[in-house]
Amino acid sequence: MKRAFDILLPVILAALLLAFWQWKVVHDAIPAYVLPAPSAILHALVANWSTLSVSLVSTIVITLEGFLGALVVAVVLAILFSQSRLLERALSPYAVILQVTPVVAIAPLILIWVGFEHIDVALSLIAGIIAFFPILSNAVQGLKSADFHLLDLARLYGASRWQTLWRIQMPSALPALLTGMKIGGVIALIGEVTAEFAAGSGTATGLAWRITESGNRLEIATMFAALALLGAVGIVIFLALSGLEYLLLRHWHESAMRRL
Amino acid sequence: MLSLSQVAKRYANGVEALSGLSFTVQDGAFVSLLGPSGCGKSTALRLIAGLSSPDAGEIRWSGARPDLGFVFQEPTLMPWANALANARLPLDLRHLPRAPADARASAALERVGLGEFARAFPRELSGGMKMRVSIARALAAQPRLLLMDEPFAALDEPARAALNDDLLRLWREDRMTVIFVTHSVSESTYLSQRVLVMTPRPGRIAADIALTDLWTDGTPRDRLSPQFLEGQRLVSAAMEKAA
Repeated sequence: MKRAFDILLPVILAALLLAFWQWKVVHDAIPAYVLPAPSAILHALVANWSTLSVSLVSTIVITLEGFLGALVVAVVLAILFSQSRLLERALSPYAVILQVTPVVAIAPLILIWVGFEHIDVALSLIAGIIAFFPILSNAVQGLKSADFHLLDLARLYGASRWQTLWRIQMPSALPALLTGMKIGGVIALIGEVTAEFAAGSGTATGLAWRITESGNRLEIATMFAALALLGAVGIVIFLALSGLEYLLLRHWHESAMRRL
Repeated sequence: MLSLSQVAKRYANGVEALSGLSFTVQDGAFVSLLGPSGCGKSTALRLIAGLSSPDAGEIRWSGARPDLGFVFQEPTLMPWANALANARLPLDLRHLPRAPADARASAALERVGLGEFARAFPRELSGGMKMRVSIARALAAQPRLLLMDEPFAALDEPARAALNDDLLRLWREDRMTVIFVTHSVSESTYLSQRVLVMTPRPGRIAADIALTDLWTDGTPRDRLSPQFLEGQRLVSAAMEKAA
C-alpha cells in the first residue's frame, strides 16, 4: 500500500505539471519555437522516431561501453592497489589528476588522437574517463573496509592472498563498489553528452547531436523530445543499478534491508 | 603443551603491552587469563595464535603447533554469508570439498544449538546466536587449542550463562585445550581449572590459581555453591593484590 503510494505520488505530480504546461502554452499562445506544448513534443517524438531511435541506441551503446570499460579498469586497479601499497602510492595521484581535470577540456584532444573516423571509440573513452574515478575511489575504499578480525581469521586458517581477496575483501567492498557504480553510471551519460557536444555536429549520431541539430533548425519540440529520451536513459541506468544493488545486498547490508 | 617464557611485546606506539610473561598450559586444560582492561591479555592471545610475534622471549610447543580456533569478542561473521557458510569458512579456506565441509559445518551448528538456523543470515540472529555461530566456526576446524578473547563480554547475563555452560559441555566432549581471556572474576572461576591473574600493563602473571579441587570433573557447576564463592574470593583477592 505504502509502496504503491510512493510510486503514485510522483506520477500524479508529473501529470499535474504536464497538464499545467499544456494549458499555459495553449492559453498564452506561447510560440512553439520558445516553448512547445507537451502534446507537440510527443508529436515530434513520434514523427521523428526513425532518426531519434537510432540516436537513442547510439547514446545507450556508447554510454554502456564507457561505463563497463571504466568499471573493469577501476576494479582491476582497485584490486592491484589493495595488493600493493607501493602501486597505490605511485598511481593514485594520477587518478586524482584525471578526475580533477575538467574532462571537457581534454575531450577535443581525445577526439583528435582517436580520430573522427573512430568517433564512437572517442566518445565512449570520454564517458569512461568521467565514470572511472568514482568507481575507483569507492572500490578502493571498499576493499580497505574489510573487518580486520576477519582478515586475522583468514591468516589463522592459512588463506592465500587470492582466497582472502575473493572470500573476504571483495564481498566487503561490494556496498561501496555499488555506490560508485551508481554514481559512475549516471555521470557516464553526462560524459557521453558532453563528448558529443565537443565533437560538434555532423560527426556524432547520438541524442546530444540531435539536440544541437534541432536547435540549429529551430525544431524546439524535437529538441525537447531528444532531451526527454536522455532523461529516460539516465533514469533507466539509475534504476537498473539500484536494482542490482538491492539484489546483491538485500540479505545483509543495512542499506538494502527492509525494517522488520 | 604450550609454554611462554619471558615474552615481551610493544605496541606500534611504543607502549609496553607485555613484559616478562611466562606460563605453561597443559594439553586439554581449561585456563583463564584474567586481568584488567588493557593489561595485554588479548595481545598474549594473538601472540599464541601467531597473528603477531613477540619482541623478546619465546613461545614453545611440545611437538607441532596444534590446530587453532579463535573466537573474538565480536562475533566477526561475514554479513553476506548465512550461518552455514560462516561456520564453513575455515574448511573453505583449507579447500575441503563442499559436501564434507557442509556436513562438518552443520554438525558444528547443531552442537551449539543452531541446527535450525543454518540458512539464517547474521542480521537475523541475536547477539548470543551470532556468538554461537562464531563458536561453531571455530569448532568446524576441529581445533586442539581454542583461543577465546572475551567472547561473551558483550552479551546479556542469561545468554552469557547459557554459553558458559555450553562451552564447558563442548570442552568436555572434545577435550581440547581452552585459553579463555576475560576480565570477569566470576566467569573465570566458573569456567576454568586454572586462573592466571595478570598485572596491569605491562602484563605478566601475578598469580596462578588452581581450581581443579573446586570443580571435580563432570559434576554440574553451581554459582550458589560455597565452593564457587570460595573460588571467587581467592581469585578476587589475587586480582586486587596484582593491581
